Amino acid sequence: MALDIKDVTKRFGAFTAVDHLNLTVPEKEIFGLLGANGAGKTTTFRMLLGLIDQTEGQISWKGEKINYDTSHLIGYLPEERGLYPKLTVKDQLLYLGRLRGMKKTEIIQEMENWLTRFKVPEYKNKKVEELSKGNQQKIQFIAAVIHNPQLLILDEPFSGLDPVNVELLKEAVVDLKEKGTTILFSSHRMEHVEELCEHLCILHKGKPVVAGSLKEVKRSFGKKNVFIDAEFDLSFLSEVEGVVKFKRTARGAIIQINDESVSQRLFQQLSGKGFVRKFELEEPSLNDIFIEKVGASYE
Amino acid sequence: MNKFWVVLFHTYLQRLKSKSFLITTAITIALIYGLVNLPTIMDYFDKDKIEKVAVIDKSNVLFAPLQKQIEQMNGTIDLEHYEGTEDSARTQVMEGELDSYLILKTNSKGFPEATYKAKTVAEQRVPADLEQALQQIKGGIAAEQLGLSEAQIAEVYSPVDFNKVALEEGAKTEDELNQARVFVYILLFVIYFSVLFYGNMIAVEVATEKASRVMEILISSVSPVKQMFGKILGVALLGLTQYFLILLSGFLFLRGSGSTTINEGLVSFLDFSNLSLELIGYAVIFFLLGYLLYATLLAMVGSLVSRVEEVQQMIMPVQLFIIAAFFIAMYGLSNPEAGIVTAASYFPLFTPIVMFLRIGMINIPWWEAGLGILLLIGSIVVCALVGAKVYRGGVLMYGKSTSLKDFKRALTLAKKES
Repeated sequence: MALDIKDVTKRFGAFTAVDHLNLTVPEKEIFGLLGANGAGKTTTFRMLLGLIDQTEGQISWKGEKINYDTSHLIGYLPEERGLYPKLTVKDQLLYLGRLRGMKKTEIIQEMENWLTRFKVPEYKNKKVEELSKGNQQKIQFIAAVIHNPQLLILDEPFSGLDPVNVELLKEAVVDLKEKGTTILFSSHRMEHVEELCEHLCILHKGKPVVAGSLKEVKRSFGKKNVFIDAEFDLSFLSEVEGVVKFKRTARGAIIQINDESVSQRLFQQLSGKGFVRKFELEEPSLNDIFIEKVGASYE
Repeated sequence: MNKFWVVLFHTYLQRLKSKSFLITTAITIALIYGLVNLPTIMDYFDKDKIEKVAVIDKSNVLFAPLQKQIEQMNGTIDLEHYEGTEDSARTQVMEGELDSYLILKTNSKGFPEATYKAKTVAEQRVPADLEQALQQIKGGIAAEQLGLSEAQIAEVYSPVDFNKVALEEGAKTEDELNQARVFVYILLFVIYFSVLFYGNMIAVEVATEKASRVMEILISSVSPVKQMFGKILGVALLGLTQYFLILLSGFLFLRGSGSTTINEGLVSFLDFSNLSLELIGYAVIFFLLGYLLYATLLAMVGSLVSRVEEVQQMIMPVQLFIIAAFFIAMYGLSNPEAGIVTAASYFPLFTPIVMFLRIGMINIPWWEAGLGILLLIGSIVVCALVGAKVYRGGVLMYGKSTSLKDFKRALTLAKKES
């Protein structure tokens, strides 16, 4: 395992931001860290980067402590985006790249590649304040990956981007993973996590409430969804034992059940009632899991 | 390249290229040029300016000696023996044909009496010259009445012989003290101004990085301590560059202005041969140490604000110390041995300015200067250690920040164990 977070706790006075967090991120994988606002994601990232020290526990990258001697191995895209507004894209990347231990020629080379990839080569000599927010974010992303880090930490990488740019960035993330970068990222957008991550962890009030591979998480959640598309009223199904939630849709219903076997009972109930166009048993979405695990305690 | 140097040169080069640096340097160099050429410039503007003064001489004897006296004094007052009435003289003054007029009388003792009338009496030089000339004439008349010879008069007017001798060995003589006062004043001002100006630059720089949120990337690649000191020394290098440019241009102007003006005006006031290398050395030491102390403090304060607009408010208390030090030093220029000056010179925040004043003005034992410098270095180290911690936590803190509580919060954020 590449990134190892062992029993890490961070307390700010009486407030516990991260509570006994255990995580292992396999090498060359994309790992998703989910959580509501204030769940402790950014604090976890900051501890990983050594910006703040954990109160208890250990964090290591390939068995070594992460500190400023390893900063050339690590890339970071903070949630609060920020670049020097008065510097040109080139000067900006030169400075930030040098701080990650790169040479000038390497930086220029990588910068050209990335700018072309993001279809903005003409921005090289523009000041950052002249760029649109979405384009600033592309530059910010380049700043995080220009030194080819082994470990890349992305805090909400896709927020504030239009769908075209989200795709552009997603492809870049997947490419980096393919080239061997280990990526840890946080997001509120479940569909992004579902699409990109093999492993994930849902944080709630500093505690991990769900952790593991995407498949495991879904399986162990137990509950599944049944989609029924039929031409008659399905509301009587909500009375069936094992049905957790019943939601009417335009053409039928989505029924959440607490076990796979319940779907058989539902199927039997439907027979002889009329024409059924579609009966489908589906894995729960990450959205369902998130809302159930985190949302429940909001109420 | 070590990251410390990357930060240092980035700070230095970005500032060097900035408009504000180029403009302040250009203005200062222009000022130096003006200062060096002040006599020439003043002559240029005053060349055609001759004051026309009408004299209504009611005594009928005073005009001739007055004109003789005035001619001896300078060539900028043109006296005219006015034959008309006072009313017509007044009209001419109001219409601008004359600058002013003077009514001369003799009183019962035969001494001159004069009334000077002009549109305004804001101008002091002409009436003062006229008064001085009349005073001389009066002295002459009085002496004549008493039957004194010119030699006797000269003796009466000669100044008293008053000499000051310093008994302490190595103490400065009166001449040296006057010279020292000028140099110390100039150097004090330079130290005061640079510490304030460049220290401010540091605080603004840190706050700008924090406000633009670039800080979080920076501190994830380079330790806050390296970053803080890279910045502080980068700006110090900038300051030295600026002084080098200013001194170089001053030197070139002096050479360029030639031998005719070099001994005139303000420049003659400074006898560079009297400027000891030791004093210059102390000036450099106190500039650097003072800058380091205040820059560290101001970087720390700058790291606590979230918006650039809040910087001024937060650095004000720190700046007050250097301003206070400057006022103590101004008082100390005439009373260098006052108790308050001695005491203040050991308070690290005042040392760079006040101790330098004492070294420049009086002969203090070497250990006193040494002790001051040691205390100063000690507090720089303490400030750097605390500053680095506050900085480390402060740069991650956002929100309203205007109180001392923020120091505590920043320290807790940076702490290993809490």
